[in-house]
Amino acid sequence: MGIETEYGVLQPGRPLANPMLLSSQVVTTYRAISTRAEGTGGKARWDYDDEDPLQDARGFHLDRASAQPSMLTDDPARPAPSGPVTGQVPVVEPGLPGRNRRRSGPTQEVERPAAEEYDDPSAANVILTNGARLYVDHAHPEYSSPEVMSPEDIVRWDVAGERVMLAALRELAGFPGSEVVLYKNNVDGKGASYGTHENYLVDRALPFTTLAELITPFLVTRQVFTGSGRVGLGATSGTAGYQISQRADYIEAEIGLETTLRRPIVNTRDEPHADRQRWRRLHLILGDANLMEVPTYLKTGTTSLVLWVLEHLDELAEAGVDARAELDALRLASPVSDVQKVSRDLALTAPLDLADGRTMTALEVQGEVADVVRRSLKVLGTDAESDAVLDRWTSVLERLGTDPGSCAREVEWIAKMRLLDRLRSRDNLEWDHPRLHAMDLQWSDVRPERGIYHRLLAKGAVDRIVDEESVARAVQHPPTDTRAYFRGEVMARYGSQISAASWDSVIFDVDGSQALQRVPMLDPTRGTRRHIGALLDASPDAATLLAGLSGRR
Amino acid sequence: MAGQERINPSQEDRTPDDDAETPAPAAAAAQKDDDEVDALLEEIDEVLETNAESFVRGFVQKGGQ
Repeated sequence: MGIETEYGVLQPGRPLANPMLLSSQVVTTYRAISTRAEGTGGKARWDYDDEDPLQDARGFHLDRASAQPSMLTDDPARPAPSGPVTGQVPVVEPGLPGRNRRRSGPTQEVERPAAEEYDDPSAANVILTNGARLYVDHAHPEYSSPEVMSPEDIVRWDVAGERVMLAALRELAGFPGSEVVLYKNNVDGKGASYGTHENYLVDRALPFTTLAELITPFLVTRQVFTGSGRVGLGATSGTAGYQISQRADYIEAEIGLETTLRRPIVNTRDEPHADRQRWRRLHLILGDANLMEVPTYLKTGTTSLVLWVLEHLDELAEAGVDARAELDALRLASPVSDVQKVSRDLALTAPLDLADGRTMTALEVQGEVADVVRRSLKVLGTDAESDAVLDRWTSVLERLGTDPGSCAREVEWIAKMRLLDRLRSRDNLEWDHPRLHAMDLQWSDVRPERGIYHRLLAKGAVDRIVDEESVARAVQHPPTDTRAYFRGEVMARYGSQISAASWDSVIFDVDGSQALQRVPMLDPTRGTRRHIGALLDASPDAATLLAGLSGRR
Repeated sequence: MAGQERINPSQEDRTPDDDAETPAPAAAAAQKDDDEVDALLEEIDEVLETNAESFVRGFVQKGGQ
């Protein structure tokens, strides 16, 4: 799994500064820092060859001409505009030119482009030595974590992304007129929203419609522990108040392909970045950016457990747990409006109408799902990691029901609300007071000296999942147990000989070789340290590595 | 698998003495919590934007995914 975050970007005192340019400066500045530190001339581009944001998991392909221009994110020559563009006629594209490939064992030969490829600043892109991708998405700098195997590692490499953003910010602060401030949030309070997307590798044997139907009640209600809290109600904060989730007011559909408009609870983009015979990638766009670590841990950990149950429905039925029927019984009568309803239910007592006529609160829905997961693990076998997620999940749900204040170290919307409530009563402020809005925005400032979350962190007022030392390592180094290991390590070792990379490929440009060499990585579980570490250590240069790769399998 | 049963410390395990030793624990805990939040707020006062209104008004982003 992986997590991608678009950061809010601001130039202090210059509200009209071009956000695409600022974002581009963040990315190119970080590239300069890492090049300086490692002495490698990494200028690798993103390899868009296997990307297809218009392939729908429900089994059809959206015509490029029918797509909103903001959805066309796979063509660096034409950066996708930010959000829906009104009055613009979509351009008919002949399709991206596929590169001419010839297979030769585990690597493919790719024709070298005749001319130097055009370096568009709005397509700024860096593949980091930790396996992550740092780039400009629409008008925001985005950090996409490397692929990891556990919720603890998601937290580690997600927080590493915050430190990457901070490093770029610090460097830019040294150039008067170029200062930027970065915010790990999802709304500006004036109608714009930018995402924090989660990605889960799911067995292709699970039909997509089954997945979407059975996971929706869980996704709608998980915000009770994943929400990071927001001052203001409505997409443009038309009504004063506080709500649980940053993202809730921007979710407008139950299911769909779009990510920039009519945003859905379950996104159907079918771009597995892996062997599509075996896997799909569930792309979730409804989650909040979290500064606190427990929400990120629980969000990804519990979602993974529910997906694991969905992948094993038949085995579970044979073992006596009818998870399919039990989860189906939780289907909501109106899931889209329930996203907003739950987000406004600060008392956590609002009844939601189920499709079968019953009502349940969000906490009760979560309790039921957690119980299905607990019994499923019991009959099919569990492990320490799953137990740890389940225990924390159950504990937080119980305490949210009896004493929500006791979750202030673990649940972000409660930690934020605790401060806002006290500030309101101390200074006698109404919910529309700018100080409360400012506190909400500054909560997510990535600078330790200015970010309000960081003040709580420094005071030891929040629980952590990972320690700062391991985060510092994760800024530089990839996880060792996924293909991100290969991507990160080759960037660190042979960066100057890499022409492009993507989630499922690395293209080498080795001196003296006529063609470029493309190494496909369609299996996310290969290219690990166990698989390839010895060969890397024995390869002083990329040519040796490629020769070694050709000699195996 | 073993270890799956959750052990919930229940009310029955507590002796009446436990409660008697700490009179009104809820009120004391609430006071401690308020003090803690007040201390945090004092520190936050120092980092909050001095002109909150113009800061909030100037925080304008383009939509993303």
